[in-house]
Amino acid sequence: MKYLDEYRDGKLAARIVDEIRRVQTKPWVIMEVCGGQTHSIVKHGIDHLLPKGIELVHGPGCPVCVTPLEMIDKAHAIARRPDVIFCSFGDMLRVPGSDGDLFTIKSQGGDVRIVYSPLDCLKIARANPDKQVVFFAIGFETTAPANAMLVHAAKQQGVKNVSILVSHVLVPPAIAAILSSPENRVQAFLGPGHVCAVMGYSEYEPLSREFHVPIVITGFEPLDLLQGILMAVQQLESGRAEVENQYSRALGREGNRPAQELVFSVFEVGDRNWRGIGAIPGSGYRLRAEYADHDAERLFDVAQIATRESEVCISGDILKGNKKPHDCPAFGKECDPQHPLGATMVSAEGACAAYYAYGRHLERVEPKLTGITSAGAA
Amino acid sequence: MKQSASEKAKESSTAQPAGVPSPLFGSCPLPIFEHKQIVLGHGSGGKLTADLIDKIFLPAFANPVLNKLDDQAVVQIDGARLAFTTDSFVVTPIFFPGGDIGKLAVNGTVNDLAMSGARPLYLAAAFILEEGLLAEELQRVVESMRDAAQQAGVQLVTGDTKVVNRGKGDKVFITTTGVGVIEGPIEISASLAQAGDKIIVSGYIGDHGIAIMSQRENLEFEGAIESDCAPLNSLVSAMLEVSRADGECPLHALRDPTRGGVATTLNEIAARSNVGMLLEEAAIPVRESVQGACELLGLDPLYVANEGKLVAVVAPESAEAVLARMREHELGKDASIIGEVVAEHSGMVRMKTLVGGTRILDVMFGEQLPRIC
Repeated sequence: MKYLDEYRDGKLAARIVDEIRRVQTKPWVIMEVCGGQTHSIVKHGIDHLLPKGIELVHGPGCPVCVTPLEMIDKAHAIARRPDVIFCSFGDMLRVPGSDGDLFTIKSQGGDVRIVYSPLDCLKIARANPDKQVVFFAIGFETTAPANAMLVHAAKQQGVKNVSILVSHVLVPPAIAAILSSPENRVQAFLGPGHVCAVMGYSEYEPLSREFHVPIVITGFEPLDLLQGILMAVQQLESGRAEVENQYSRALGREGNRPAQELVFSVFEVGDRNWRGIGAIPGSGYRLRAEYADHDAERLFDVAQIATRESEVCISGDILKGNKKPHDCPAFGKECDPQHPLGATMVSAEGACAAYYAYGRHLERVEPKLTGITSAGAA
Repeated sequence: MKQSASEKAKESSTAQPAGVPSPLFGSCPLPIFEHKQIVLGHGSGGKLTADLIDKIFLPAFANPVLNKLDDQAVVQIDGARLAFTTDSFVVTPIFFPGGDIGKLAVNGTVNDLAMSGARPLYLAAAFILEEGLLAEELQRVVESMRDAAQQAGVQLVTGDTKVVNRGKGDKVFITTTGVGVIEGPIEISASLAQAGDKIIVSGYIGDHGIAIMSQRENLEFEGAIESDCAPLNSLVSAMLEVSRADGECPLHALRDPTRGGVATTLNEIAARSNVGMLLEEAAIPVRESVQGACELLGLDPLYVANEGKLVAVVAPESAEAVLARMREHELGKDASIIGEVVAEHSGMVRMKTLVGGTRILDVMFGEQLPRIC
């Protein structure tokens, strides 16, 4: 279909792969930051196309995965209340907390609803004035404007029975945390295209300079990803370390200014816990004091809920790019999407869940396919 | 790959004469079912559904006919081979573009019968009505069932009606049960796929699931996508007319990929037949509108439900003839060979992607959920 097929063209893909092969002289480790990119890479088998020596490691950019367990438990405590209609994006419903998931709570009588836009909550709140409508506001910078718009509109329109449970995280502090880690293996990043469509990419320039690391802001289609990889390899091979924009059809350096203004009128930067990684200073958003009346964490008194993670799970190492799903003895055995032990198995965009969804738990090791990888054959 | 429910059942039932309870019956402690309560995913047609069948239904009812776990039972009575099946319909909304719950209830059961190569004959229908349902809506559903039965050439010969309190149902639930007769030496089963066979899909996939989704509350997705709901028995009988030179039936396996979609159906056939499958993404027919909706919602059309499509696993020497015959039929005009059965990677379905990579298509886990971004 238009605007899709041209970004999935097998012949063009083969040409970019040839170019990567021509440019590359030594092995490189490249991290795609965003969960959507991980999903696309595994779905289209892009890692199978790459020349040997280009290793893709999967980053922390899956918002569902990195939402801390204690936040999931807080959401569940709120969703169980009979006076609450709990609204969420679809893929949060299957994320297990310490006791079941939102589907379970729904089956036990909780009013849990999937919404496709946070603004749907306004309509639900108006139709149910005797209920508290709570939206689970998770995500990176990508979802922040729409989530901010919900409380902004609720305040403006005087809809008092709407609140949000905020668990927003930010990409640049996570990249800094990965690069600062003594075990870091990542030599270049494919930057998160959708995050930068909101925020622009100027904030990645100091990171690139300070850590001397190439960052190529990249889209999500197969050819976007291959081109982003090529640009990263070109930088690595020539010793450059710059921020480049592969996804120029979607974004510019400054990003979406009105969206940023809205976000900063509603949220302020604060510390956040990341599932699998731990606390990162200044790595998330919290509601500004003016919006306290729409802050579910305050309204429902769940601040004291605390939890502990599985000790077997290596998702922290996976999120930092130190390990891959196949390195984990529990992958596809004790740990699967039905019984995730940790962050990277809980959402389709988590590295472990993406590997699982595309059947890679059925193979003992990273597959090396022969005979059917010739690009353009389709 | 994990052994499927059907394989386990098959093993446990071998050497058991018909009518004698298998050793499973009454002697096996019930396997542990992990969920304390039923969740929606148990009705998705994916892994959770298989889990329910495996751990709750099969241990209780196991017998050689059931253990085959085809979409219909085939039983022999006084020399006649009958296909027998039942299905419940709980779709919301009850009217949707391209059909309604009544049309679905008739075609769903007709299609389950047709997938054994049977000629569907008679249907029974049971209605569970919610107090407060508009009589006019019921009338529309019933008229639609009448028209669908007429089109499929079946008669609705018996039925039942119950009414439940308001709030205890959702307007109307319909269960249809059907019988058909298998004429001639037709042997079609999900366990008969062989390496070398071609895999044919009868047209565009994913239409029904996306049509329903676009109508559901909370999803303001305007789309001109219509359900593909249709009776497939006349298409199947056209396909059966193509005979191999040696007189053998060229159709080895037939399934209508409803819940769980084409990917889940092919996985079932691959597991049952102990073969692998290799698909070509470029050959799989998906409408632009359906592809677009799936891209927006983060869904995969290969896992989206169909109600008027079939997948056929066909002997290679007859595949082109069967395909040509399908394309002459209104319901098969967009049919396409999407891949082949291979001896390698038994039980596993692989696909060459458009871009030239490969991926594995696993069984759907539970409900497909729209992704966050």
